[in-house]
Amino acid sequence: MKILAVCGMGLGSGLLLRMQAEKALKQLGVQADVEVSDMGSARALSATADLIITSEELAQQLGNVKPRIVTITNFVSLTEMVAKLGEALKDR
Amino acid sequence: MGDSVGGDGARGTLSDLLPAAAIRLGASADDWRAAVRVAGDALVASGATSDAYTGEMIATVESLGPYIVIAPGVALAHARPSPAVHRAGLSLVTLVTPVPFGHRQNDPVRLVIGLASPDAEGHVNALATLADFIADDDRRSALVEARDVASVRHQIAAYEAREAVRKREEEVIA
Repeated sequence: MKILAVCGMGLGSGLLLRMQAEKALKQLGVQADVEVSDMGSARALSATADLIITSEELAQQLGNVKPRIVTITNFVSLTEMVAKLGEALKDR
Repeated sequence: MGDSVGGDGARGTLSDLLPAAAIRLGASADDWRAAVRVAGDALVASGATSDAYTGEMIATVESLGPYIVIAPGVALAHARPSPAVHRAGLSLVTLVTPVPFGHRQNDPVRLVIGLASPDAEGHVNALATLADFIADDDRRSALVEARDVASVRHQIAAYEAREAVRKREEEVIA
């Protein structure tokens, strides 16, 4: 599966999301590719993604996209990432 | 993971990318723009950027909103790679009075991290280390309360040394 980590510029907070998501996926025992995207490319890239992780603000700006969006409040908290990714992946 | 991509560019350590000149402790800022400006000035002082980049960081928040407040009390100010970026660098600013950025959950901000990178890779390792460093409440508190740049540099260097040992041990076990 493919997870898209969306941030404004594709090199700051999105990178942090990717790092935490990769650690969380390891803990959860889930295989997935995590790709970083800036807001400009996110809508196009979301067509082939299974899940999006981003902040609440950017989720609102993204609007309607096909994949489920997981919003993260604390980008350095592995606990939050594990809990929210685990919840989102449970339904798959 | 990080080590396998980007070659040497990804390997600049946090200590490498965050020199003493890029650390401002107990700064005063009246609002979020002033707070980001201190982080930008610190990047300029360390030679990572020229002044134009500071305006680009402010413009990022103006156009995309306060999503740069990535954790309670922590803002990660940055903009795109641009001609105003000379090399990868980080800056660290603690605010004597917390400043609201307009973020619903993570305001007010006490710690501003400035980030500049000429590409998508040069800052990866350093940023990962800084994120892990501030993920711990005690380490983050110590950082926010610090009043001495040398002690901050020492805290970071000691953390990097501990992590290097831990990673080597993990590799031995694996």
